Order: sequence, then structure tokens, then C-alpha cells
Amino acid sequence: MKNIQFINGSQAALKGAIEAGAGVMFGYPITPSTEILEGWIGAASENNSLKYLQTEDETSAGFAVCGALLAGVKAFTATAGPGNTLMQDPLSMAENLRLPFVCIIMQRGGPSTGTVNFSQQEVNLSAFGGNGDGLRCVYSASTVEEMYTLTIKAFSTAWKYKFPTFVLGDGHLAKMRMKASLIKPMNSVNSSPILKENNVPTLLRNCYSSEEAFGKKLKINIEDWKKTSLKIEEFEAYKIRDAKELIIAHGSVADAAKDAVDILRNRKKKIGLFRPITIHPIASLPLRKAISKAKRVYIVESSLNQFSRIVKYEANGLKTPIIEISKPAESFSAEEIVRKLISS
Amino acid sequence: MEKIMPSCWRSQTKPHLFCPGCGHGITLKQLGYAVDELKIQGKTTFGIDIGCSLLAWNFFDIDTIQTHHGRTTPVMVGYKMMKPKRVAIAYMGDGGGYAIGLQSLLHAAFRNDPITAILVNNSLYGMTGGQMAPTTRPGEVTVTSPDGKQAEFGDGLKGPELVRQIANKKAYIARASISKPIVLKNTLKKAIENQIKNNSFSFVEVVSICPTNWKMNAKQCFSRLSDMEDYYPLGEVLAQKEKNVE
Repeated sequence: MKNIQFINGSQAALKGAIEAGAGVMFGYPITPSTEILEGWIGAASENNSLKYLQTEDETSAGFAVCGALLAGVKAFTATAGPGNTLMQDPLSMAENLRLPFVCIIMQRGGPSTGTVNFSQQEVNLSAFGGNGDGLRCVYSASTVEEMYTLTIKAFSTAWKYKFPTFVLGDGHLAKMRMKASLIKPMNSVNSSPILKENNVPTLLRNCYSSEEAFGKKLKINIEDWKKTSLKIEEFEAYKIRDAKELIIAHGSVADAAKDAVDILRNRKKKIGLFRPITIHPIASLPLRKAISKAKRVYIVESSLNQFSRIVKYEANGLKTPIIEISKPAESFSAEEIVRKLISS
Repeated sequence: MEKIMPSCWRSQTKPHLFCPGCGHGITLKQLGYAVDELKIQGKTTFGIDIGCSLLAWNFFDIDTIQTHHGRTTPVMVGYKMMKPKRVAIAYMGDGGGYAIGLQSLLHAAFRNDPITAILVNNSLYGMTGGQMAPTTRPGEVTVTSPDGKQAEFGDGLKGPELVRQIANKKAYIARASISKPIVLKNTLKKAIENQIKNNSFSFVEVVSICPTNWKMNAKQCFSRLSDMEDYYPLGEVLAQKEKNVE
């Protein structure tokens, strides 16, 4: 039976976290992600198995998440913008120790304090923000419904493959209420203690004294990443079978782009949408195939080519012309996408 | 008579990697004895900071997590919340606790998080080559205060006294020195017991030496340590009695 609710993206993420079996949230209020923390604390007041701490800053929230993960509890945080910048410190520890860190990001405008409203400008930071070679999974939610399903998936991916995992939303998704059909996409993955508490001590370090020893460790992480990427990557292909033109977009911009495809299809244009659901790892082969089949590709995003750089790297060597349509920290309507496509 | 090596020490990683004469070895030995005497080896989790303390990642036969610089306190706070029956120890230097991680140390004390923070004060940043720390006393020469610490950089930071200002009354806060190892051990035991019995925060600063960066022999080091002990008074830092409200 469908469970249809009228909720916003923050509430959907919260429901997803609870459904995934999260036991604790650490956070520091920052717009537009604050409602997730508030919602969690509200839920915890009715269910004492849910724990929380409003920490002194985002850095501490992230490191407390690491502590709870070491204890084997599904822990997470939610933040945005400058909070995401601070979160990179604990996230790089999670990368190095392979901690199943889940971080929900409601993207806002930057640089700096920027705006509290909307952007898709936290793609670089989320996918590649660590101080080494960042190996973290990044989901990008397109709808309120997906804030729910992808949050559940994020916990499963994190605990199954032991890579830190992001769910990207944005300020509009966070605050906008809409009808959402909440269907649990999968069974939850069990968590287990990382510090084992047995006779053989678990000794974990982040600092290595030789290039070779650290190189060996990173090689294991990179090999694991390569092996699991195919299992993690996800995308949606919308009306691309006969498409001569292709829009590539992610997140809520992709939702507008989908409507743009429908508008243009009504005008007999053969156009489709390729929407990466995971930005990192991105579904490389299907993306290349879709680009190579098209006569023209438009990459539409609310940032200065952050997403486009990922796509163009994957499209290396393909001859299809690519047009980048970027509007940093401003959203797109479907009609605007249509106008921009026609005029470009 | 005490064993030469605490039972909870990981013998295969000894001799340890700290510089000859380093105060960390003495502090960790007394911490080892404290853990042995309290019989808590099997239920302790040891968090360590970056800086010289990072070398202790395989020091004990105890679950150990090496964190980031200044971040051991929040990691252990998060861990302890999920594992209230474990004994959580956060071990750091004066840079980790009083500079980059001060905010977290203060807030853990403020919330009365039931962890034990141990901070080794050797008056400078040892691992990076002897730079000025918050605990460097006025006039002291370091590589980033080559003419002696100037007045505009403040006095030597008195951490336990600072933490006491906002800590819960139940918190145990003290300063000890490596010059008095038995007192140090007993202070660490009290701090850990405060976590276990009172479910409260505890903090011990350990005044220590750094022969390598001080560029001093043993005799000179202990002479300077004696000066530090005059500046940084040893003993428990008691909570002020509440004023009577008339």
C-alpha cells in the first residue's frame, strides 16, 4: 500500500534516517538543514532509543558522529554551506578509517555565507572535499520522495561498503512541501561495532610514517572503490531512447528538466534527460553511451560548472557538442530551461 | 612493588617511539598503572590526538582511536554517548586541547560529558618542531617566539583553572606533574573514577618536559619543570563554593 504524505524534504530525510535504523544524530543548526535536527530531536522526545546532541559546531558534530560509528551505531549529521566546509575535517577521517558516515546536505548559495536559499554548489565539496583522494559516495535527490529513499540508501551504502556517504538536497527541497509516496527501497543493512571490545585490541590510526605504508592502505581503499562503484552507481534515463538531444542534470534542477523534456516533446522535439542519481561514483558507461548517441548535449545546473566538470571528464574523447547552462545559486523553472535550450 | 611495565601496556610496541626523556612515556606509564589498579583494561577506550600524542596509537592493549588534531574530545563524547558503560579517555597535547580543540574541551566540561580528558603540557608544539603554544610562558623562546614570548601573545594559559570556570560542579579537574609520578597516577585514578562513579567529566593537565625541543639535558629539563610547577600550580582545581543568596 502506498504511503502518501504531504511533507517537505527535511521531513522526508528524517523519516528516511529513522527507517534506515539511525540511532543518533549530532548537529549544529544551519539553514536550510536545521529542520532535520529539530525533527530528529522531536522524534527522540517520543522514542528514547533515538539519541542526539546539539554540538558546539559542525566539526564537533562530525567527530561525534565518528565516535558513535566506532561504537557501531548508525550515526549521521545534516548541514549546509559553511557547515559543509567544516564537516570536511571529520569526513576526511571517515574516508581514511572507512567509517560509514552519513551526511545530509541541503545546499545553499556560496562562497561564504552566501544565501540560505538554494544552490547546487556543494557538489565539489561533497564529492571531492577531503584533503586526500576523496572516496565518498554522493547521492543527489531530485524530489522530496527521493530525500526519503536516498537517505535510506545512503545508510545502506555506507554500512555495506564502508565509504562515507552524502545525500545532496537543496534549500528548496528542504523547505518545499509536496505529496510524497514513501516506499522503503530496500532492507536496512546491519551495523556492527568498529572498535571490537574484545581480547585483541582494535588499534586505529590516521597517521602513517612512511609513504609506502600509507600508499598500500590507500591502494586497498581505491581497489574497493573500483570494485563497488558499479554496485553503487545509479541514474535515471528519461525518454532518451529516440532522443537526438539530451539534457544532463541532477537534483531538483533535473526535476525541472524533466518537465522541460515533456514541454519540448509536445513540440515534437526528440529530447531526453539523463539524471545521475549518484554523482560520485557516477554511472560512467551509461552516461558515455547516452552522450555518444545524442547529436547535442545540454548540461544544466545551479552552479558554475561543478557538475559539468564531472560529466565532461566522463565524456572525454566523445565528439557530441556539449553546451553548459549554469546559473550559480539560482534555480531553474522548466520554462526557463526550454527557453535557454531554444536560444542556445 | 609495581611492575616495571603496566600490564595493559602493549609490550610488542616497546620501547616506545617518543623521544628519549619525553614526558609522554612517564605519563602513559602512570596511566597504565592507573588502568591496571582500577582493573578497567577490558572496558576502556583510548582516544588520542594529533601532535606527539599520535605516537600512542598502539601503546596499550586497549581499543585505541587516533583522531584529528583537536578532535579527540568530540570523538570520545560521541563514542561514550553510545557506550555509557565504557571508560572513555581522550589524550592530547596542549595544542590539541588549548588551541585548536579548546572549544570542544570547554563544551564537554560545560555539558559534564562523562569522559576523562588528559592533556600533556610541555609548553610548546613538540611534533612540529617546538613552536609557541598557549602554554608557553612569557619570555620563553620557541621557534615562533625567537625573542621570547611577547606580552601581546598573553600569559601561559592555565587550562584547568579556565575549564573549572564553566565545568559542572561534579567535574574533577586537576593538574599533576611527571616529576611526581605516584601523585600523577593517583590523580589519573581519581579522574577516571569520577567518570565511572559520578558519570561526570574529568580533566587532568600533566605538566611535562620536552628535552628535544627544549634542547636541554635531564637536569636542565627538571629544573625548568620545577619553574613550570611554580607557574602552573599542582593539585585539584576546586569548584568555587556557591555564594549564599540572601
